Amino acid sequence: MYLLVFFALPSLMMLFASFRYPGDYGGLAPWYFLEDGKVTIELTLENWQRLFESSIYLSLLLKSVGFALLTTAICALMAYPLALTIARSPKKHRDLLLLLVILPFWSNFLVRIYAWMIIFSPQGGLTQVINQLGALLGLEPLNLMFSSTAVITCLVYVHLPFMVLPLYANLEKHDRALLDAAQDLGASRAQRFWLITWPLSLPGLYAGAVLVFIPSLGIFAIPDLLGGTNGIMIGNVIKQQFVEARDWPFGSVLSLVLTAITLLLVLMAGRLGRTPGVLK
Amino acid sequence: MSTGNTGIKGNKWLLAATLLVYLFLYIPLLVVMLFSFNDSRLNAEWVGFTLKWYTQLLDNADMLRAALNSLIIASVSALLSGTLGTLAGVAMHRFRQKWLSALVLGPVAMPDILIGVSLLLMFMLFNVTLGATSIILAHVSFSIGFVALAVQSRMSGMDDSLLEAARDLGASPWQSFRLITLPLLLPGIIAGMMMAFTLSIDDFVVTFFTAGVGSNTLPLEIYSMVKIAVTPEVNAVSTLLMLLTLVLITALSRFSPQSLRS
Repeated sequence: MYLLVFFALPSLMMLFASFRYPGDYGGLAPWYFLEDGKVTIELTLENWQRLFESSIYLSLLLKSVGFALLTTAICALMAYPLALTIARSPKKHRDLLLLLVILPFWSNFLVRIYAWMIIFSPQGGLTQVINQLGALLGLEPLNLMFSSTAVITCLVYVHLPFMVLPLYANLEKHDRALLDAAQDLGASRAQRFWLITWPLSLPGLYAGAVLVFIPSLGIFAIPDLLGGTNGIMIGNVIKQQFVEARDWPFGSVLSLVLTAITLLLVLMAGRLGRTPGVLK
Repeated sequence: MSTGNTGIKGNKWLLAATLLVYLFLYIPLLVVMLFSFNDSRLNAEWVGFTLKWYTQLLDNADMLRAALNSLIIASVSALLSGTLGTLAGVAMHRFRQKWLSALVLGPVAMPDILIGVSLLLMFMLFNVTLGATSIILAHVSFSIGFVALAVQSRMSGMDDSLLEAARDLGASPWQSFRLITLPLLLPGIIAGMMMAFTLSIDDFVVTFFTAGVGSNTLPLEIYSMVKIAVTPEVNAVSTLLMLLTLVLITALSRFSPQSLRS
């Protein structure tokens, strides 16, 4: 009897496994053949050829990877001092400080992009101030809206908590006794940081990097709204293939490439021994 | 990591950097809120206090319909993913299979756009008309993982001897599940469902691909407004949305503070 009830569960699991498997991973493959109808497989290859023939897509892919890497690096640079401060502050303050990091992250994604649209708009305060300063130095007025700078700033803004949280989780566990021992043995502040805190924090940093890199690679809304023509990323092209051009097979090719990159990264991160952290 | 390095040299620098990052996090949102009360079409300089953007919002039928859609979709998908996610969480705990957790947690780690696109393909393949139903199905598929995680973490803290005792006292499997497992899991389930609700009401990317004609949700409506022009009306909706999320989060943290962190 007991077994029966819990036998029902795995079969239920299988049921929505069958529902989600095609949805999330394999959905592309069967559709692929249907889309190309009765045509031979050679036609299928053409979509792949298109990817490699024209350098536009490959360079765009490279550019997106570059954007995502830059975002990850800036996030790390900003998150590190923050996570360190939180981890070293008194216990009763930690939860509040962490909550303050997460709170903006819970406001709607579009609202957060929209906020930057206001800030970067040509009439906005930031642009005005920069241009007035630039005018003093004899520089051309610059427009921040629809630029790569705008896209990357917003990418950093949206993904910062993903870097802070794993870093904090890691830094918080560090044993203070190690630092004290190093100090007793005559290590300077910088030495203590580079020889103890930094190497110990690397797993947290890797986890955060994956959590920032993966979503920023596939993003389309931010470049769509802030990037103009200069700032488009691979996500925009995927969206464009599906929504505007309706070229689903080619969109699928691009999505598959993105999936492959993502899976590769997750596997690499898993290799670094932090799979559970990554999946969270 | 130059910032971290200087921070170690003097704690003042570390604090200053921290403060700057906090400012970076909050200033944009404050700007949005501030300009929602500004008596000017342009989000540029402060003219005067007004509530007209909020009253205008109440007259915007499209926006109200979208808000209603969002609420319905979020509630239904919270209920569905609550049920399925609980089962998944229990199963993950019972049968510690790697592929099982990979399957449930996979969508949590995938980029939104891939989930959206592949679901769109699947719906087309099965001839599902795009609309509220397809959005709900899509939201459920990425929310299950979060519910399952909350339930699983709750389960691993549970004492198995309680179940054994119940069995010794003659409870049927169903009775022991209903009377012991379920009440003990309830906080986890509720926390997971609230998470699913927030995720659903917040989601833009997956909805973008799985929505059909006439099933606009609030984020989609905001997107199309923002795409055309930046108006204070959007600031007003955004401010309201922020308040709503704040209320939800406060409620959520009552149930389980840990789930906020995952």
